[in-house]
Order: sequence, then C-alpha cells, then structure tokens
Amino acid sequence: MKHLPIQLLVGAALSIAFPVAAAISFLWTPHPVEVLDISARLLSPGKSHILGTDHFGRDLLSMLMVGTQTSIGVAIVAVGIGLLVGTPFGLAAAWGHHSAFDEVIMRGNDLVFAFPSLVIAILITAVFGPSAFNAILAIGIFNIPVFARVTRGAALSLWQQDYILAARVAGKGPVRISLEHILPNLVNLLLVQATIQFSLGILAEAGLSYVGLGVQPPTPSWGRMLADAQTLIYTHPRLAILPGLAIVTMVLGLNLLGDGLRDFLDPRIRHRR
Amino acid sequence: MTRLILTKCLSLIVSLLAASLIIFFVVEIIPGDPAAFMLGLNASPETITALQQQLGLNGDPLTRYFEWVLGMLRGDFGTSYTYRVPVAELVLDRLEVSLPLALYALVLTALIAFPVGMLAAVWRGRVADYGIMGLTQLGIAVPNFWFAMILVLIFAVGLGWFSAGGFTGWDQGILSGLKSLTLPAIALAVTQASILARIMRSSLIETLGQDYIRTARAKGLSERTTLIRHALRNALIPVMTIIGLQFSFLLAGAIIIENVFFLPGLGRLIFQGITQRDLIVVESVVMILVFAVILVNFLVDVAYAAIDPRLRTR
Repeated sequence: MKHLPIQLLVGAALSIAFPVAAAISFLWTPHPVEVLDISARLLSPGKSHILGTDHFGRDLLSMLMVGTQTSIGVAIVAVGIGLLVGTPFGLAAAWGHHSAFDEVIMRGNDLVFAFPSLVIAILITAVFGPSAFNAILAIGIFNIPVFARVTRGAALSLWQQDYILAARVAGKGPVRISLEHILPNLVNLLLVQATIQFSLGILAEAGLSYVGLGVQPPTPSWGRMLADAQTLIYTHPRLAILPGLAIVTMVLGLNLLGDGLRDFLDPRIRHRR
Repeated sequence: MTRLILTKCLSLIVSLLAASLIIFFVVEIIPGDPAAFMLGLNASPETITALQQQLGLNGDPLTRYFEWVLGMLRGDFGTSYTYRVPVAELVLDRLEVSLPLALYALVLTALIAFPVGMLAAVWRGRVADYGIMGLTQLGIAVPNFWFAMILVLIFAVGLGWFSAGGFTGWDQGILSGLKSLTLPAIALAVTQASILARIMRSSLIETLGQDYIRTARAKGLSERTTLIRHALRNALIPVMTIIGLQFSFLLAGAIIIENVFFLPGLGRLIFQGITQRDLIVVESVVMILVFAVILVNFLVDVAYAAIDPRLRTR
C-alpha cells in the first residue's frame, strides 16, 4: 500500500464534497430555489434557513447547492472541449514535428493564447447574447491550446523512445502509434492538466457570470449570486462572503488534488520522498 | 540578434493580422448585417441603410476589413453608434484608468512575489516555507473580484481608509488617482503574485542546486552575495516570461475588477457596448486588448534574448 500524501487526501476530500452536494441538489434541497418568497427576504441564518435567505427570499444554502451544479457542469464541458480538440492536435503536431503542419498548429496555439477566455466571451456574447452555453464555449476554446501544448510537449519526447521505433519497424502507422503507444503514456499528465483546467474553469465561470456574460437568471450560479450581493454588501455582507467561500474551497480542493496527483503519479518524485 | 528581432517582428505582424481577421469575422460577418443587428428587430430598412452609410458598413466585406485595418493604423477606430463620437477618443479616455490599473497591479505582483518567493526558497522545507506555500495556494484559489469585495468590506466599509469605489481622475493629483486604484490593484495582484511567488521559489531552488553556486560558496562568497549576484539573476529568466504572460491576465482581470469599484475603464465601455449592441466599440476594444497581449509577449521574447545570450544563437 502506497503512502498517500496528505495534500492529495485533503484535495480529494474537498473535490468530492462539491459534486456530492451538486448530486444531492438534483434530488433535494432544503428549500426550492425557483420559488420567490418576498416575505422571507434577507432573513438572517436561523432554524428554517441555515445560511439565511437572499433579497428574493430564496434559501442561500439551496442556492449554493444548485450553484455547484452550474459551476461543475460548465467546467466539465469546457475541459472536455479542450481535451477532445486539443489533445488530437497536440498528438498530430508531435508526429509531424518541424513540418508545416506542426508550425501552423503551434502558431494557431499562440494566437488563441492572445485571447483570454474573457475576451472570447466578450466577442461571442456581443454577437449571440449572454448564455451559459457561450461561457462554456469561451472557456472551452481557451482550453484547446493548453491541452494541445501539453500533449505535444510530452508526445515529442515519447517519439524518441525505442519502443516507438520498434512499433514503427513493426509497421504501425503514425495514427496507431499515437493512439496505442503515445496516448496511454500521457493519461497521467492529461489527468493532472484536466484538474488544473477544471479549477480554472470554475473561476472563469464565476467571473463571466459575475459580469453578466455567463449563466443567466434565474439559474443559480455562484458568480451571479456575487453580482446580486454587491449592492447589499453594506447591509448583508453574508450574501457576498458565502458564495465566494464556496468558490475558494472548491478551487483550493481541486488545486491540491492536481498538485497531489502530479507528485503521486510522477515516479521520480515519489521515490525521492 | 538583428535577425532574431526581425523574425519576431514578422511573426508579430502575422499574429496581429490573424487576430484582426478573427475579430472582424466574428463581429462583422457572423451577425449577417451588422447595422441591422445594432438597430434591433424593429428597424426600418431606411434606418438600416442610413446607419450602414454612416458607419461605413455598406460595401463588400474585404474592402471593409482593409478599411478597418488601415483606419486603425492611422488611429481611426470608427465611430461609436451609441456615443456618436470616435471610438479612439472613448478608448483613450478609458485607457487612462485600465492601463495604470493593470500596470499598478503588475508592479504590486512583482513587489510581493519576489521577496516572498525568495524567502520560501531560502527557507525551503521549514515551517515558514510551508506557511508561505499554503498562503499562495489560497491566493490562487481566490477569485479576484470576490477578494475585491472583501477588501471593500474591510478597508472601505469597516476601516474607512479607502473609498468603496469610483475614480477621482488624474487631474486631482497622481496620489489621489493612485489611491482610488489601490484596492483594485491589490485585488488583482493577489492571484498573480501567488503564482509568481511559487515560480520564483522553484526557479531559485533549482538554481541554488547548480554547480556554479557551489563554486561561488566554495570560493568564500557570503550566502547573501551568492544568492543575489549568482543565483537570483539566473533564476529570474523563467520568472520574466511568466510576468509577460501575467500582464494579459491582469488586463483581462482589470475589466472585471472595474465592475466591483465602479471604475470608468475599458471594462465599463465594453460591457455597455455589449448591452447596447455597439459592435464598433466591442470590435475595437477587443482588438486593442489582443494587441496589448501580443505586443507584451513580443517584448518579453525580445527582452529574453537580450538578457540571455544563449537564446540569441538559436
């Protein structure tokens, strides 16, 4: 039994807690989030509302739980876009190293890097209007060069290995080699990168929804909750503090998980411990 | 060196052209007729034609693209549909807030990250190192606009040291302008400083393990001289690259943070542009943001080659 580092355990515990809360919220929340109850607006934390209510009388804990769904949903799809599009590009660029194709992919990568996800979101929203879908697309497009670059870098060194030469001698084509020999060796790396991009995705979604370019009301989202809380910050700071704490905790958990995974899956670091 | 700079210049121009093509395509081609898009569903054909003529949106896309690019080279960014003034004027006005904010945050980032990263590297493995690394983990996880709200709660609402928002303008003195940008700059800097401090630490730890550091120590140099004269210089190379990349995040972050503090910067301009469907404003501001990012990375690349002779020969 390997000794698990504490960072990995804490990260995993935090990272699991939020999806669990999100899953529960599909079936049950302390109060429904669609129902506005003005008579119960801005209640302090108490027996029936553990964390109190917002300016529409919605239960804050329920909103936070459903907001977790939004955060995780947006981030997962955005990471999926990056993985599914970026990884094949990276694999192809590594195979055609120094070719015009590689050059085009890498330049294209640099170009997309010049568009932070906020700028992509601004462009898309200006033309199509704000929506959760646009937020996903913006963060997803931003993820593509990240995965392409990581994949290409690692695949390049793998192509120098003897067993790849053996596979080529055996008559395997570049596509088969990439899929059967290169990709499986990249799984750890991509897993770690996916965790990092996932946490960045959560931060990006919150930011986009906060400025109104992401998830639209009435869908609960942590970023929107913060935007709503801004005008009430003097009288009800709780409304601004709690959603932020949720974001920090989840992102912190994911970052610890990513770092822990990287150290744990990297045999060189593991032996040094 | 000259050849390297020339190649970099060429790739700078190609990147800018490609970026402008993408932006033009999204803003002026995808919506079909931009003038109709800006006026909304109920616009009469006459109004649409009038606006097309007024904004130069009639004519084929290729001509429009070249006119747009050539106009920008002359400093003409078109006319805002909602404000009825040249976009260049609007942007220059707003840049007076956003650019100083991003630069202020960049300076703070370096001022925080350098000493913190150095201390963590020197104290590697000790309690202080763990403490610093823990804090930077927290700093990376904090959304900067939320941290900004917390700063407002503590320093504006609680202690009353700063105003909760708004911008006094530069004509009331640089200090008063800087004061209104201080909380936003701190909020922006925290995340980037945390990232940079971690990079500084690992880069310095790696450098401190090199043979020439052992040589420097062996010939009797004090730990301080070894660190500052030999280790730090080499450790700074990767740090500089990251600082260049961080500028783009700070600029994008500034756009969001401006919202928290009600600052009249590019962010306000662009979000108003989106809600009022002022495509000309959105197009130009996005182009300027992307231009800034590409330019800064170009400058970092060149500076990199100037600092490190090994990169020149490649």
